[in-house]
Amino acid sequence: MKVYVPRDSAARSVGADEVAERIAAVGGEVEVVRNGSRGMLWLEPLVEVETAEGRVGYGPVAPEDVDGLVAAGMLESAVRDIGAYLGLVDELPWMKRQQRLTFARVGVTDPLSVEDYTSYGGLRGLRQALTWTPAEIVETVVDSGLRGRGGAGFPTGIKWRTVLGAESDVKFVCCNADEGDSGTFADRMLIEGDPFTLIEGMTIAAFAVGASEGYVYLRSEYPDAVATLRAAIDIARSQGWLGDNVLGSGFAFDLQVRVGAGAYICGEETSMLESLEGKRGQVRAKPPIPALEGLFGRPTVVNNVLSLATVPVIVAEGAEAYAAYGTGRSLGTSVFQLGGNVARGGIVETAFGITLGELVNDFGGGTSSGRPVRAVQVGGPLGAYLPVEQFDLPMDYEAFAAAGAMVGHGGIVVFDETVDMAAMARFAFEFCAAESCGKCTPCRVGAVRGVETIDRIVAGEDRRKNLVLLDDLCELMTDGSLFAMGGLTPMPVQSAVRHFRKDFGA
Amino acid sequence: MTSEVVAAASVPVPGRARRVREIATELQGLRGSLIPILHAVQEELEYVDQADIPVVADVLNIAVAEVHGVVTFYKDFRRAPAGRTTVAICQAEACRSVGAADLAEHAQRSIGCKFGETTDDGRITLDEVFCFGNCALGPAVQVGEKLHGRVTRARLDALLGEAR
Repeated sequence: MKVYVPRDSAARSVGADEVAERIAAVGGEVEVVRNGSRGMLWLEPLVEVETAEGRVGYGPVAPEDVDGLVAAGMLESAVRDIGAYLGLVDELPWMKRQQRLTFARVGVTDPLSVEDYTSYGGLRGLRQALTWTPAEIVETVVDSGLRGRGGAGFPTGIKWRTVLGAESDVKFVCCNADEGDSGTFADRMLIEGDPFTLIEGMTIAAFAVGASEGYVYLRSEYPDAVATLRAAIDIARSQGWLGDNVLGSGFAFDLQVRVGAGAYICGEETSMLESLEGKRGQVRAKPPIPALEGLFGRPTVVNNVLSLATVPVIVAEGAEAYAAYGTGRSLGTSVFQLGGNVARGGIVETAFGITLGELVNDFGGGTSSGRPVRAVQVGGPLGAYLPVEQFDLPMDYEAFAAAGAMVGHGGIVVFDETVDMAAMARFAFEFCAAESCGKCTPCRVGAVRGVETIDRIVAGEDRRKNLVLLDDLCELMTDGSLFAMGGLTPMPVQSAVRHFRKDFGA
Repeated sequence: MTSEVVAAASVPVPGRARRVREIATELQGLRGSLIPILHAVQEELEYVDQADIPVVADVLNIAVAEVHGVVTFYKDFRRAPAGRTTVAICQAEACRSVGAADLAEHAQRSIGCKFGETTDDGRITLDEVFCFGNCALGPAVQVGEKLHGRVTRARLDALLGEAR
């Protein structure tokens, strides 16, 4: 009898370890598997019991609920007359409405089980890729329409093509796992829940561009992800999935985890490269682009976790199958993350084109406080605040850009009617002031002036003049900053002023 | 980015310099080894002392200023020992939407120190963090190594009580 209790750090933060211990203490035939999380975070700790019909879920299960559930017969058959009973997890509407490609195995398998990985389709992409030429792989990724999931949305295959075409003694593949945006947690959940997928994706990328070394830059705020990924790399090496002779092909590739040190700016690719080189995480001016002069000046693929982790399924299923999902120039699926004041928070992987309202209301179920939704912030701390009037916006890079917003890394943070948008706009500047790398003046100084200006507006000091000044400052930061930290901080600020003007007393 | 006044040279702890040199020597073969070295020093010796900086610089054959610049750029590197328990409260947007700012005020009042400070008795260091990736189960608080979700004032008080 297999019982699944997630090892994901979100599940652990609400008692999954204690639940797992109590179930294991029952003894007998019970085998507790620590899987990743299904992404229905409001149901954590979610316990699943394997039955002949499928996996039956119970959640949320507190440690003190375990004895009652066991006494009611949870381990023998489905116990329907108990509050935490959910039914077959695969049949739940939240799961059924999704199209899980990148997250196909997350929550289903034991993240560090070689047997689970291969029996659920793992390595199909890499085995296929090793029979192709590098150029064939690159063109498949181009044709799939995959765009950078870190936020910028640059076509992944085009980047790879540049690195493939560059001549160098050594090339690198770097995975940006410095998921610093508030409201985003998909990178963490993928690494904790299915780390071999990332390893496989990076190995395919390396083979496609001719790289021999890979680095995963993983933030120190994610200690569980660091431990899981390091364990997975060791296992992959022992299985011959990494090393001098990947899957017997003669291709050599190895990778290491590098832990960040608490700097938001290092999520920007050139800062991340500086940090990997052992320097202060200050942005580099582009050009040269990292694809030509990246880590230690060598051609480097820098991709987000989700971009790389999506590559195996694209190679295994074909570019066309992937591009069949989505809309316009936003093809494939995206892993959206619902967080903040939301009733049903978690992971929703679905084709681009779903509307913001469907995500927040249908999947998210509105706020957790029960009050009406007032605003959502999409795309992290540098993303726009949007009012409910814009809930019909489709999740699509271009549609969001046209609305003065961005999809970013797909994080959606919900706020109820008690939110003070002037305070959130002030926080955007405060955050920029704290996290600016200091290299360029608009960002370093502009953020401080922004805080002061909002304080004057809120205090009612020359309000109209200061609102004009604020706009001017935002324009200067947008146009004059080296990188998105200063260049995009105006996005949450100006969207807050635009849509929630009465919070600014105007 | 934080700027700070360089602390006066601290009293060297016997054996510390030797150990720092060993750690740096062991890891210097890594590409871009400085940050892994600083992490390793802090993990074993609790913090990065001002006196460690020239030792690391010497092993890597780089300028003392370069090491100093890196140590002071990254928030993770402590310049003095932390309290016996470190309490880190997320202050990013998702946690703020469910009361993290209020929780922070409560914590600072009841612990009796501000973010970035350690209590006089050396019991608790209080830190703010921007995102643990637990955005659907906020407010998120890390006590020692353990992450906690949906932390209310009462829950925080209980966790602080355990940290005594």
